[in-house]
Amino acid sequence: MAEKILMKGNEALAEAAIQAGCLRFFGYPITPQTELAAYMAKRMPKIGGTYLQAESEISAINMVQGAAAAGVRAMTSSSSPGISLKTEGISYMCGADLPALIINVQRGGPGLGGIQPSQSDYWQATKAPGHGDLHILVFAPSSVQEMADLVGHAFDTADKYRMPAMILADGMLGQMMEPVELKSGDNAAKQDKPWAACGHENKREHNIVNSLYLQANELEAKIKERFERYKIIEDNETMCDEYMMEDAEYVVVAYGASSRIARAAVREARRNGIKAGLIRPITLWPFPKKDIAAAAKNAKAFLCVEMSMGQMVDDVRLAIECSRPVSFFGHTGGIIPDPAEVLAEIEKLSGGAK
Amino acid sequence: MAVVFKRPHALLDVPNTYCPGCTHGIIHRLVAECIDELGIEGRTVGVAPVGCAVMAYNFFGCDMIQAPHGRAPAIATGVKRSKPDDIVFAYQGDGDLAAIGTAETVHAATRGENITVIFVNNAIYGMTGGQMAPTSLPGQVTQTTPYGRDVSIAGYPIKVCEMLSTLEGTEYAERVTVDCVKNVNKAKKAIKKAFQNQLDGKGFNIVEVVSSCPTNWGLAPNDALEWLRNNMLAYYPLGVYKDKSAEKGAEK
Repeated sequence: MAEKILMKGNEALAEAAIQAGCLRFFGYPITPQTELAAYMAKRMPKIGGTYLQAESEISAINMVQGAAAAGVRAMTSSSSPGISLKTEGISYMCGADLPALIINVQRGGPGLGGIQPSQSDYWQATKAPGHGDLHILVFAPSSVQEMADLVGHAFDTADKYRMPAMILADGMLGQMMEPVELKSGDNAAKQDKPWAACGHENKREHNIVNSLYLQANELEAKIKERFERYKIIEDNETMCDEYMMEDAEYVVVAYGASSRIARAAVREARRNGIKAGLIRPITLWPFPKKDIAAAAKNAKAFLCVEMSMGQMVDDVRLAIECSRPVSFFGHTGGIIPDPAEVLAEIEKLSGGAK
Repeated sequence: MAVVFKRPHALLDVPNTYCPGCTHGIIHRLVAECIDELGIEGRTVGVAPVGCAVMAYNFFGCDMIQAPHGRAPAIATGVKRSKPDDIVFAYQGDGDLAAIGTAETVHAATRGENITVIFVNNAIYGMTGGQMAPTSLPGQVTQTTPYGRDVSIAGYPIKVCEMLSTLEGTEYAERVTVDCVKNVNKAKKAIKKAFQNQLDGKGFNIVEVVSSCPTNWGLAPNDALEWLRNNMLAYYPLGVYKDKSAEKGAEK
């Protein structure tokens, strides 16, 4: 077994990417993902990799796109305002069926917002990470260990379905230190990419990596083919974690950093005799609709906890087709909810402590 | 019978999408001839822009990538850094390179990114129907400067070769045109050098080709070339703006 080491979330993301065979990193400085890029700058030259600081977030995502088009595992990392700039490149990569990893260590928005942890980019990540009919894979880790574990999985899944993947973290996860065991799982070389534009060596027809389809029927067919793939992904790649859900009547739904707080509140509620439970989506797209719908059978009410004004809460309502009341509790702008506040919300739903 | 003239292998035998009299066709041919002569088609990756040359990916025989508007140098950087043995070129127009992609261009140059950029400057946005370009001349009438480009409102045209030649990372910057046989030959020599420099690992190479747009200039092809000679070349003088290796050699 590999040894456990104490690492910051941002550094664990970086080292996990290297372990997953990603040797091309293109980025632009932004808080609170700083340690990730700094780690890459330090490590990449020692292992024959590339750390390149681009002139802009837009350039960085397009460098990733170039590397991905050439068939090489590549990534970028940023935080909320920077991700907004990257949406152009993300859309083009979806349109050209290119796999890559984008990390968003979220901070408060809109605009320049703040630099404290936030989860207010949920809508952007899951609904509109770029213009057009598209989805990207969105993974939401809730610990440093899970940050490390999801990086390799995100790369592999992106390669498998030829689409970008995002790790939606936040400033709290990025900055905190926890023991982590890094697993070496370099599947980069195993990926066959016969579509890549990397020189045909006079052995095949030329490859074209492109997102332009001027004939409307061709574009529609291409998008429909992609949505068939999205359906397969929804059936096979959805991930979520459940805590004390066996007989839960009051179901809390939370992801990432806020799920840690929600978990503490659920544990406390159980101590107080309330049948509370937690569903923690690990993939935000695809969203674990079926698991949440299944929970509605026993549930009397749902509570969504987020570090935003309430974004995922809409998806919870849709997942259960509004068959139960769904309330929301959260803080935004960089304020982290307190377990006692969440407990109070659970108690409110259940009609007070038992 | 001896064949004395044929289509370059790197230029595919497909109809192109350019207007009659447009100089893109000549420039495509020159690029393809250089790829053939250097024997690099199998390891060349071209990056197409957004603009009239957007479908260049259908015309060149090497592997091709279509870039977002202005981002071709960043895409080319991603390819080159991932596959250093590949020969990477970006083919861009003036709106793509000198307006929306100015940052990508300047920084690829200043990094000394070992790529080749073919910059087609026809002083207008052709694909979208003739709007003012960053290189439109003072007084030039376009769809969005219907009274002529007023520099007090729209500012001045950018001289790309002059600007990039100030950067340390730029190895080679030359401005050519393709208005006559003599100049076509000169243009080819420049393009070939811009590829050879990349093969030699010298840094950032740009060849600006002053071009015509008969359709959006509203001129017959020959009249367009005449307008190019009389107006464009006065503002954009032809010549070598930077040749770092040659300059170093001369200092010795």
